[in-house]
Amino acid sequence: MRRLIVILCLMAAPVWAVQPDEILDDPALEARARDISKGLRCLVCRNENIDDSNAELARDLRLLVRERLVAGDDDKAAVDFIVARYGEYVLLKPNAGGSNLLLWAAGPLMLLLGGGIALIYLRRRSVAEEGAPAGLSDEEKARLAEIMRE
Amino acid sequence: MITEFGHFALILAFFIACFQVIVPLIGAHKRWPGWMAVAGPAAIIQFALTAGAFAALMWAFVTSDFSLRVVLLNSHSAKPMLYKITGVWGNHEGSMLLWVLIVTMFGAFAALGGAGLPPGFKARVLSVQAMIGAAFFGFILFTSNPFMRVPLPVPFDGHGLNPLLQDPGLAFHPPFLYLGYVGLSMSFSFAVAALIEGRVDAAWGRWVRPYTLAAWIFLTIGIALGSWWAYYELGWGGFWFWDPVENASFMPWLIAAALLHSSIVVEKRDVLKSWTILLAIIAFGFSMVGAFITRSGVLTSVHAFASDPARGVFLLGILAIFMMGALTLFAARAGAMQARGVFGLISRESALVVNNILLAVAAFVVFTGTIWPLVAELFFERKLSVGEPFFNLAFTPFMLALGLVLPVGAMLPWKRAKLGRVLRALRGPFALAVAVGALAYAMQNGRSALGPVGLFLAAWLVSGSAVDLWSRTGRGALRVRAQRLRRLPRADWGKSTAHAGLGITIAGIAGMMAWNVEDIRVVQPGESFDLAGFTLTLDGVRKFDGPNYRVTQAEVTLAKGTHVIRTLYPEKRFYPVAGMPTTEAAIDNGVMRDIYVVIGDPQADGGWAMRSYYKPLANWIWGGAILMALGGALSLSDRRYRVAAGARKAPMDGVPAE
Repeated sequence: MRRLIVILCLMAAPVWAVQPDEILDDPALEARARDISKGLRCLVCRNENIDDSNAELARDLRLLVRERLVAGDDDKAAVDFIVARYGEYVLLKPNAGGSNLLLWAAGPLMLLLGGGIALIYLRRRSVAEEGAPAGLSDEEKARLAEIMRE
Repeated sequence: MITEFGHFALILAFFIACFQVIVPLIGAHKRWPGWMAVAGPAAIIQFALTAGAFAALMWAFVTSDFSLRVVLLNSHSAKPMLYKITGVWGNHEGSMLLWVLIVTMFGAFAALGGAGLPPGFKARVLSVQAMIGAAFFGFILFTSNPFMRVPLPVPFDGHGLNPLLQDPGLAFHPPFLYLGYVGLSMSFSFAVAALIEGRVDAAWGRWVRPYTLAAWIFLTIGIALGSWWAYYELGWGGFWFWDPVENASFMPWLIAAALLHSSIVVEKRDVLKSWTILLAIIAFGFSMVGAFITRSGVLTSVHAFASDPARGVFLLGILAIFMMGALTLFAARAGAMQARGVFGLISRESALVVNNILLAVAAFVVFTGTIWPLVAELFFERKLSVGEPFFNLAFTPFMLALGLVLPVGAMLPWKRAKLGRVLRALRGPFALAVAVGALAYAMQNGRSALGPVGLFLAAWLVSGSAVDLWSRTGRGALRVRAQRLRRLPRADWGKSTAHAGLGITIAGIAGMMAWNVEDIRVVQPGESFDLAGFTLTLDGVRKFDGPNYRVTQAEVTLAKGTHVIRTLYPEKRFYPVAGMPTTEAAIDNGVMRDIYVVIGDPQADGGWAMRSYYKPLANWIWGGAILMALGGALSLSDRRYRVAAGARKAPMDGVPAE
């Protein structure tokens, strides 16, 4: 089934991403439409936004976005309109609400954790046993020298 | 007949791999020299047999033997010879055979080149490498055997190769990626062998580094090829989509970059040992995650042409066994690895720790984003997507931080450093970078920070690397220092080249994302239009036949003012065998910009839909990647590694950068 979808997606030959006839006359409105399109997923495609997609459905969505904008919706209302119809699956940038908080916080939390551990480690190493042999031991130096000679 | 020989060789290689797992491991444990020594010849025979099997499969593709299932499904007699050959790995079964061929190839190199390794250690390394080999031989033989025949009668012709794959950029993209993925298996084997021995020392760092470096170079080239292909083939000039499969190659790249930096610390300072071992394990883990994601199709993606859930389960099993085994061993043994070196809070060591944290966390962010749709569906019952906007936002800050600290960290001396001295040396690069960023800000339309910040970082990295290299020449007259510059170790040159390459790539990405100009319109033949100061004229459109496709080709004249720069020929191709169209963009490549033209569909009024782009600094992205790979190759060719034990005959000596 998935293969079929991919094939259908690629075979949607007559349409190539944004078409000249889709473009709105008002450049400001068009720019907003393009921006919104870049954040919406083409539902039948692989990981592709509707702005780049060649699929028929992506075209329908692009036209829908423009329709809403022409009707006077602001960006958020236009996106909400699409999400209400197609679910949050269409959003390429997931909302930060609920369990998704975990996704958004994953990087910063990991950075804090890693940074904290590293700081403890670095502090320990910097005050570590003064006078402990730094670098290679004599035995290892001899071995290294042997390797270098070869 | 040749097919049967290939099949037989593959089965034999599987048994030899199993033998090579068990005998040397026991030999190393009991200190029986004969049992240990058997690992080397076994590894070489294993490689020879796998190469034979691979050659047999290639023969089947070249001669279009459609009695083989893979050939029937993925080849066609009318396909050009180049793509018959590259078609061998353009499908699941063949690509897994290529994978295992590279596993055994690295094993054979370690067997031949590892003369300086202690026999017990070498036996363990080869045994672990054979475990990986055996697992994948089993995977191929039990779930994806390329040597399966089709029932009689044999069909008259094959189904053809996906037209998107019939392209030089993509034909050589998988082998490079696989060399990278699988190169990390060597680092993994070294790490596990060290854990079994319970000993990691400076020499270990030196043995493992060339393999990591080679793997990283191949990954860099493989990723760059893939991104370049996407740029010119997919028809809108995108170069990176944060697609799950792209991420699958990017995560090992990030971890390998961290690993090759931390192995320097192990080698020079005998600290960070358990962390480096852990990185080596994780790096190969991500490689296998990559294989799993690509081959199972668990995350819907472009590359889903090879998807099959049953195989995914097998791969997941391999991944789980290797990762759990290695991590258990790590948990049991890591404590035994005492660090001895002492260093100050401000030192090269600390800087490399920061580098490692940033790279590892960046890889973690990519990983989280990639598997989040799966996690959300399984645990929270939410069906959602994570795409480009998320990654751009969540990933970029780490690269920004990395770019900012890199020139400083690269110049800090080992052990104990004075930050003030390094910062003073870098005043020039910083001033230059600020000037470049400010200039970019002043010249652009709009208020976007992306472009200026990107160019600031690029100038900072490139000039910082130059100052770093220059500072290595010590004090003295200009002429003397220039002479010393030429005699600096290649590793120094490699370091500066690779760091500068990162800067160039950042510049390219920033330029392309911030100042891309797009134009979509209907053009009548003979009509002209403007694009970012250039004039494009559609002279005409014609149709003709290619070798195995039909072409619709436009002739477009690119001019600046009255000066004609060149004529471009964007094409649409239709592959009748696959029933699939592709676009062939016409690109006028330049140092500072690309002009990118795509022809669309005929319109009712006789005109043609056309998309054209002005893409500033586009080629810097891949130019930077080439520089990074070149820097890696320079480091690899450093005398220290050429003479070093275990790397003497390593395959990657002197590998060119592309």
